[in-house]
Amino acid sequence: MSTTTSAAPQTRSGDGKITYTPVDGRLLDVEDLHVEFHTEDGVAKAINGVSFHLDQGESLAILGESGSGKSVTAQAIMGILDMPPAKIPEGAIKYCGLDLLTMPDDQRRWVRGAEIAMIFQDALSSLNPVFPVGWQIAEMFRQHRGMNKSDSLAQAVRLMERVSIPAAKDRVKAYPHQFSGGMRQRIMIAMAIALDPAVLIADEPTTALDVTVQAQIMALLQELQQERQMGLILITHDLGVVADVADRIAVMYAGRLVETANVYDLYAKPAHPYTRGLLESIPRLDQKGQTLAAIGGLPPNLLRIPPGCAFNPRCRMAQDICRTDRPELREVAPGRKSACHFAEEVLDA
Amino acid sequence: MPEVILQARDLVKHYPIRRGILRTVQGHVKAVDGVNFDLHKGETLGVVGESGCGKSTLGRLLVRLEAPTSGTVEFEGADMANASGKELRALRRNIQIVFQDPYTSLNPRMTVGDIIGEPFEIHPEVVPKGGRRKRVQELLDLVGLNPEHINRYPHQFSGGQRQRIGIARGIALDPKVLICDEPVSALDVSVQAQVVNLMEKLQNELGLAYVFIAHDLSVVRHISDRVSVMYLGKMAELGHEEEVYERPTHPYTQALLSAVPVPDPTLRGKRQHIVLQGDVPSPANPPSGCRFHTRCWKAREKCKTDVPELILRPDGVGEHFSACHFAEPQVIVPTTDVSDVEPDERFAEVDHRDPATIAEAEGTLQDADGLRPETTTEAQANLFAPIQDDEGHPGRVPDERRDV
Repeated sequence: MSTTTSAAPQTRSGDGKITYTPVDGRLLDVEDLHVEFHTEDGVAKAINGVSFHLDQGESLAILGESGSGKSVTAQAIMGILDMPPAKIPEGAIKYCGLDLLTMPDDQRRWVRGAEIAMIFQDALSSLNPVFPVGWQIAEMFRQHRGMNKSDSLAQAVRLMERVSIPAAKDRVKAYPHQFSGGMRQRIMIAMAIALDPAVLIADEPTTALDVTVQAQIMALLQELQQERQMGLILITHDLGVVADVADRIAVMYAGRLVETANVYDLYAKPAHPYTRGLLESIPRLDQKGQTLAAIGGLPPNLLRIPPGCAFNPRCRMAQDICRTDRPELREVAPGRKSACHFAEEVLDA
Repeated sequence: MPEVILQARDLVKHYPIRRGILRTVQGHVKAVDGVNFDLHKGETLGVVGESGCGKSTLGRLLVRLEAPTSGTVEFEGADMANASGKELRALRRNIQIVFQDPYTSLNPRMTVGDIIGEPFEIHPEVVPKGGRRKRVQELLDLVGLNPEHINRYPHQFSGGQRQRIGIARGIALDPKVLICDEPVSALDVSVQAQVVNLMEKLQNELGLAYVFIAHDLSVVRHISDRVSVMYLGKMAELGHEEEVYERPTHPYTQALLSAVPVPDPTLRGKRQHIVLQGDVPSPANPPSGCRFHTRCWKAREKCKTDVPELILRPDGVGEHFSACHFAEPQVIVPTTDVSDVEPDERFAEVDHRDPATIAEAEGTLQDADGLRPETTTEAQANLFAPIQDDEGHPGRVPDERRDV
């Protein structure tokens, strides 16, 4: 931890604790990120040049289907990709202006958990089955804050109470299997917010849960976000959850962003044929007699992404140019970007 | 009203809990605990509920994959629940099932032809031996897959295509009832609509009745004529799709509906959210009286002692079945009728064939599984045979079926 120089937005207090300060509220800047996986069959290009940012107190939803690269993006930010097989040949992930990818490992470890935390879809397999949940939450304080056993356990109880686990004092010694799915997800959230992170990444946090429990968990996440002014990255495939929670949306397809917009604009008038197709293919609770229009085909194999626009084989608007020239993500209206040669046409439709 | 084809009466399934060295029975998990309903010819009955409510067990009871603890399931008047041997085998031809997980419900060591043709081994009278391969190819075509792919293995197909294989197997014996246990839950959003549309098309063409079991209330509303809501092994509410969704009278249904996210940010903060406290109680030890009383904001003394019956109760407009002592209708989601809105065909597919198959035939698809299709001109000729219903689009339930 000797590399901190210049006017970097981090300071170190007497006990060696580093404080990161966002510049103008900007927490995260992902710049032209590429991630590839080297497999026996070839190189799978999971992320092919993704750029976005996250501000304090903001909710950004990354929307995509399986294989779109949304989870890999989260894992790259968090620094938990297995390398190899993963490789990040290009790009930068800047946290408070400092590139996490070039940072020394010990510094990165500090950021992970203390500054950027993550919740996973499957709480049962993300928690260690052989340790009591309280011990696992307390570990955050023991590892990062050097607290002793009893103090850290007291903190764990406080957090379990904060995430509304009934009888937290008694249940701090219980094991993960003794909790229901919703309660386990609350414990994951307690662990994630333990060190008061500035960025919280939630990767499909409610996909495995029932709808009434999903509502409780999303409400808790929103409440915590507002209370702590965290930047939230919500990774999901669920257009309903996004509509309820997000400020901004980034739609991913085959490892690229195809559209970014504020949530109201995107649902009112999508600017990419893929987004539009997604919106028309989901049944809505509040509509009857709806005709479901499916998007044709399948998402592409990441080993062989089609030339030109990756969506072109499934796109009914595709012209010759779409099969040869890859559309850049460009501004098509104030505050919105689309990676489609015919974005204006889609917007006006 | 069309005739009743399947009738469940007081259907109960209790699983014993055995503990200790002697494996003595210490109690029962009451998975399904007294379910009654009628299924009419050609209709879709949706069954919704949260995990552990017994909806999948109900599906398995209806096809006799499980023997009920008590109660009857009558198919056209013949009791399936207590039949056995030859009699049961003959009845089963009429009721088939499609499972949730297209990855584990297909034997990886069997070809698609063997999987779809296996029902003919058990029911040889349906198709004579010589005609089976041809029949399997017809079925593949019917569900929108390339008939040339009869010798492929399940792993060579994507999830959506595998679910089509499961459906083809389900309809192979020309059943009258198809039980669908979460058939689209494992699929991606964009693929889910393809399979839902296929199921609607098959129903129109073959006159099938569906029991559509799912946890997704939006999908169930879309596909169902009537809907039942289950909670802890019992039905809480049962009625036509618009009765249950537009004027639910059971508090549990109301809470469920209020929790479903709607893909429309302009409704943010305007919707009423009923937040239920706690988790679903254990089905091994369900609450007395009304099973929902421990989480219900309306519960009174009566609810703790008296089991509310599933009977017709007024819903403001007419009446439908509800199991609440204090049933009263409440609008949770204002509904818009969009039946005259056609999706813009520039953005979406309105063909029933598997779009992957079309794209493949047109040579535009990057094969998802890394296998180049060996498409021949003959196969292409087959592929372009149009498979469409009369109106040429999938989403609509014909009007005569609406008032089932």
